[in-house]
Amino acid sequence: MVARRRCGVSKLSGRSGMARRPIHPRPGSAFSFGAKLVVAAPYLWLLGFFLVPFIIVVKISLSETAIALPPYTPVLDVATGWQGIRDFIAGLSFANYLTIAGDDLYVFSYLKSVKVAAVSTAILLLCGLPLAYAMARAPRAVRPLLVTLVVLPFWTSFLIRVYAWINILQRDGLLNQVLTWLGLIDQPTTWLATDTAVYIGLVYSYLPFMVLPLYASLEKLDETLLEAAADLGCPRWKAFFVITIPLALPGLGAGALLCFIPIIGEFVVPDLLGGSDATMIGQTLWTEFFANKDWPVASAVAVALVGLLMAPIAVYQHLQAREIEER
Amino acid sequence: MRRVSFTNLVALALGLAFLYAPIVILVIYSFNASRLVTVWGGWSLRWYAALIEDRAMIDAALASLGIAVASAALATVFGTMAALALTRMRFRGRLPFAAMIYAPLVMPEVITGLSLLLLFVAVDLDRGFFTIVIAHTTLTMCFVTVIVQSRLIVFDRGLEEAAMDLGCPPGRTFFAVTLPLIMPAIVAGFLLAFSLSLDDLVIASFTTGPGATTLPIRIYSEVRLGVKPEINAVCTIFIAVISVVVIAASLIGKSWDRGRSAPLTT
Repeated sequence: MVARRRCGVSKLSGRSGMARRPIHPRPGSAFSFGAKLVVAAPYLWLLGFFLVPFIIVVKISLSETAIALPPYTPVLDVATGWQGIRDFIAGLSFANYLTIAGDDLYVFSYLKSVKVAAVSTAILLLCGLPLAYAMARAPRAVRPLLVTLVVLPFWTSFLIRVYAWINILQRDGLLNQVLTWLGLIDQPTTWLATDTAVYIGLVYSYLPFMVLPLYASLEKLDETLLEAAADLGCPRWKAFFVITIPLALPGLGAGALLCFIPIIGEFVVPDLLGGSDATMIGQTLWTEFFANKDWPVASAVAVALVGLLMAPIAVYQHLQAREIEER
Repeated sequence: MRRVSFTNLVALALGLAFLYAPIVILVIYSFNASRLVTVWGGWSLRWYAALIEDRAMIDAALASLGIAVASAALATVFGTMAALALTRMRFRGRLPFAAMIYAPLVMPEVITGLSLLLLFVAVDLDRGFFTIVIAHTTLTMCFVTVIVQSRLIVFDRGLEEAAMDLGCPPGRTFFAVTLPLIMPAIVAGFLLAFSLSLDDLVIASFTTGPGATTLPIRIYSEVRLGVKPEINAVCTIFIAVISVVVIAASLIGKSWDRGRSAPLTT
């Protein structure tokens, strides 16, 4: 009722030349209950289920392993008051971090993850760029269809798409059958459980993530620039490197980070397609947690992984924010 | 109309072939009569018949569907709210809020899963259906936010102002003007949340408890032992359901768009 009356007032003031009231109050003024709820509900949800859990991970990574449930000490018991908090802080230890830093298994896992993510992001760029470019240069009428076609596999299950490659890559699978039939190989090659299989799986799974941001920035490209270059005698391949690529850089960066960051922590692809000799950090964390039941070390691995990803995530958020401002 | 160059055509053909060939092969082999997954033994529906007998698989599928519907509904509500908050409002703590929205999009699933599990253990919550719903909501609401936000950015605020100048209260303006106009994005967000939840293996593995086995967890435990024709059949059904939903949604979205925006833009 109050709101309705306020609207009436605004209608009157509109007549007196003061129309255009902002829909939501300016900073400093009071939000209505509905507006408060709109901010508070998702905020509290993310605080409770994204930030707090992560703080717990940090805390447990500083705890000692114990053979009980929960399998770590110390547990913060607020009921014991100040003494309890002091005991708790005294009980914190960096032993788990020393364990990870001193053990080749973990160090190699991290390095392997970075290497696999870098190489597959490079391959993704090489595969994604021609595809995105071709989509952006296609007749305007078919572009939405092409986008749908690229996105559709992304909607079907990730797990299923990785599984589909097991069918193809296994020893008597389709790839070896085709290669033998073509006369390229004499006897079946091992594809599954190799790094090659991991790269194939990663490139396949992440291709839409690379193509879509690239397409978005290539599609916006002003074609008269290319025409001008051609008029001035610039060959097309050169125009591609001098004009198209620099203008597509934001999309290139977004696509590369959108692939690089999650691939570092990837579990499903290396677990199903890769070998068991050198595991990626996501697999190491999984094993530490599920097989070895060492929660503190698993937490320390997670915290170290987030530390590793902090810089690329910050860059990604910066690009994302700029993209939104520019629209 | 511009001519499509030959190299571009090749790039498109190769790209799409790469994206679709594995899925097509999987679907074809699900109709293979042979027990040996690599030998073609003629067309047959026997693996689909075998599925009907597989109680555990059906239970897992039902559990997955329930979790996907519940978490997608929650994620749509929270995600839309977050999108409105980010595009329309200035409030203290807006920057950390935006960071918390974008971080889960790229955060490795093993970390999200591990941290949520440790939270559930810390507050001594029984793990199962509800814990997976909470975990999936947290992940997928951020995707909903991004989709709805992109729609809100191009939204013509003049329409809302017109309604309010005509005496429509803010709450009603939202439901009568804003909501219908961003509905296609909300529907798309819901469907994306639904399919992400249906698909998730890693986070569900961390946050599940006894008695709540989802379809991906079930498929994963079978797949680790090698390729099985029954799994090909499950996957084919899965793909068929998702494809139908996505195509239907995009058609609905288009006709909705046309019906809604035509009288306003012309």
